[in-house]
Amino acid sequence: MAVLTYLEAIRQAMEQEMTRDPRVFILGEDVGTYGGAFRVTQGFLEKFGPERVVDTPISETGLIGAAIGASLFGMRPIAELQFIDFIACGFNQIVNYAAKSRYRWGGGVPIVIRGPSGAGVHGGPFHSQSPESYFMNVPGLKIVVPATPTDAKGLMIAAIRDPDPVIFLEHKFLYRRLKEDVPEDDYTTPIGEARVVRAGEDVSIITYGAMVHSSLEAAEAVSKEGVSVEVLDLRTLLPMDRARILATAKKTGRVLIVHEATKTGGPGGEIAALIAEHAFLDLDAPIVRVAPPDTPVPYSPPLEEFFLPNATKIAEAIRALAGF
Amino acid sequence: MTLEKPLSDRLTRGQRLELYYFLKLNRGLEEKLSNLYRQGKVVGGLYRSLGQEACSVGSAYALERGDIFTPLIRNLGAILVRGGSPHDIFCQYMAKAESPTRGRDLNVHFGWLSPEGSMPSVISMLGDMIPILTGAVMAERMNGRRTVALTWIGDGGTSTGAFHEGLNFACVQKAPLVLIVENNGWAYSTPTSRQTANPQFVDRAKAYGCFGEQVDGNDILAVYDATRRAVQRARQGLGPTLIEALTMRMKGHAEHDDMKYVPQEQVDRWAPRDPILLYENFLLADGVTAADLQEIAGRVDEELITELASAEASPMPPGGSGLTDVYFGSTAEDGTPEIVRQVRKAAGR
Repeated sequence: MAVLTYLEAIRQAMEQEMTRDPRVFILGEDVGTYGGAFRVTQGFLEKFGPERVVDTPISETGLIGAAIGASLFGMRPIAELQFIDFIACGFNQIVNYAAKSRYRWGGGVPIVIRGPSGAGVHGGPFHSQSPESYFMNVPGLKIVVPATPTDAKGLMIAAIRDPDPVIFLEHKFLYRRLKEDVPEDDYTTPIGEARVVRAGEDVSIITYGAMVHSSLEAAEAVSKEGVSVEVLDLRTLLPMDRARILATAKKTGRVLIVHEATKTGGPGGEIAALIAEHAFLDLDAPIVRVAPPDTPVPYSPPLEEFFLPNATKIAEAIRALAGF
Repeated sequence: MTLEKPLSDRLTRGQRLELYYFLKLNRGLEEKLSNLYRQGKVVGGLYRSLGQEACSVGSAYALERGDIFTPLIRNLGAILVRGGSPHDIFCQYMAKAESPTRGRDLNVHFGWLSPEGSMPSVISMLGDMIPILTGAVMAERMNGRRTVALTWIGDGGTSTGAFHEGLNFACVQKAPLVLIVENNGWAYSTPTSRQTANPQFVDRAKAYGCFGEQVDGNDILAVYDATRRAVQRARQGLGPTLIEALTMRMKGHAEHDDMKYVPQEQVDRWAPRDPILLYENFLLADGVTAADLQEIAGRVDEELITELASAEASPMPPGGSGLTDVYFGSTAEDGTPEIVRQVRKAAGR
């Protein structure tokens, strides 16, 4: 065990996998000499050489396409996007090639597309987005959203070994703010499995990514008022852990969904529909969503703070639900 | 360009006749498909390569065992050269269960991975295969193999972002990639003049920093020669080549399209330059007899009749057979609402 930040845990996962498996290589903008815009791949070029740590042109379609092609021929590429917002520039390669290839003709595409996601660092509309909803309606993709260093490492190793394309959303707000003991050995956190991070009886919060921590903070605050909150960290958005979502919904009968993606068409709608379809009679209150308003992510700190869910807003929603 | 003898001079008589066989097979197969289309047996559209067959057959013939290629919609001939069967193509067009995609995708949207030489499946979005094949040959290079990849793009497809990003990256990487710009004058109804202000597509080679050649796309040996040179350079590690093949689309974009927008004069000008006619004339002047050509044409007919019969006999896929393999080993839910399941269960169904 060593204390690692969320970022260091991701770095260690990739470094260990590249050491273990010569098929794993990384390509992206400034990943080599510079070590990545957030320094996630620092030291990789020296250790693995330019053939396995490929600095690409500013070319998301080019680099994601090349990752797909390499994966069809036995490699396990990791495509880094400097900010996940730029995934939009390679959208077609992801949704039309990578996602559909196995289904159409049997060509599996084992790639990881990773990059810094999420808000809270005043990055403005193009460096703060949470793009998960764009991809949740695309059969064939997997979407992973780790909330802790330990899960970030385990999920990254699982993503690299996965036979299908995985979009790996790293929360940039957590990169250097979270630290914990992370096992040094190689382990995987299964893709598709949620985790109860706090057990409770009265209200369930279903969330993921940085919002796990805001939700835990809110849960702690309301516990002093006698409200017992269960927090479920989804960890994977696609495929979703339906069993654990339904289990917590049935257990408490009061469900609060929290996410950083904007509200309309966000993951919360799918979760709410799932619960309504399968656990309607177990509910004691309407399903509630705390999510940002339907606007781009604004830049100025007061605007962004207003936009994002936080522990105060979540606690308010818990109280309303508990008292229903 | 070069004073050396063209590489096609080294082709044996048997190989030259094989080229003729594939040209005839390409055209014969498409004629059979047109008949099926008129009979309403083709599900969806049919995209002919009439007049462009040499661009597909001549180029694919320049590849070697283990090389990678991805055809576009008008490169049916390349699939045949690289071992694809008419039966599979008939089945693809008729959405049959025995099609390589089990009815999941259409026309030339299929593929295979094999040490003999892979065909990563194309998708409809133009230009996308250029970065994908770049990555494919980068992977091969990392594994110590000197594999070359070949793909095509139309005059219209060169306008896409993926064309630019893919070719640029391939050139930076000196990837062993051969890209044929099949300039047939028309992208659906849009003429080249509405596609680009510089219709000299071979100029792009200079812009991206790779080798470039312009060839008569209706002269199969010229196409073979240019591609063969490009393949050899690529295998030596000298990087990509862009070949502009000048040709003409002699049918509409698809069978439904009467191409009234194409000036008749343009069609008339190209008609005597039919690639099969040109090659027949060449072969006859080269000592091949009319009887030899007849024999090949007859063999093609027989083969197509047999392959079509077995394809027509293939069943359609069962409706529920499309739920598997979205992910490795997966089976998706069929979408029945939970409440319906409960009612069915209560009713003992």
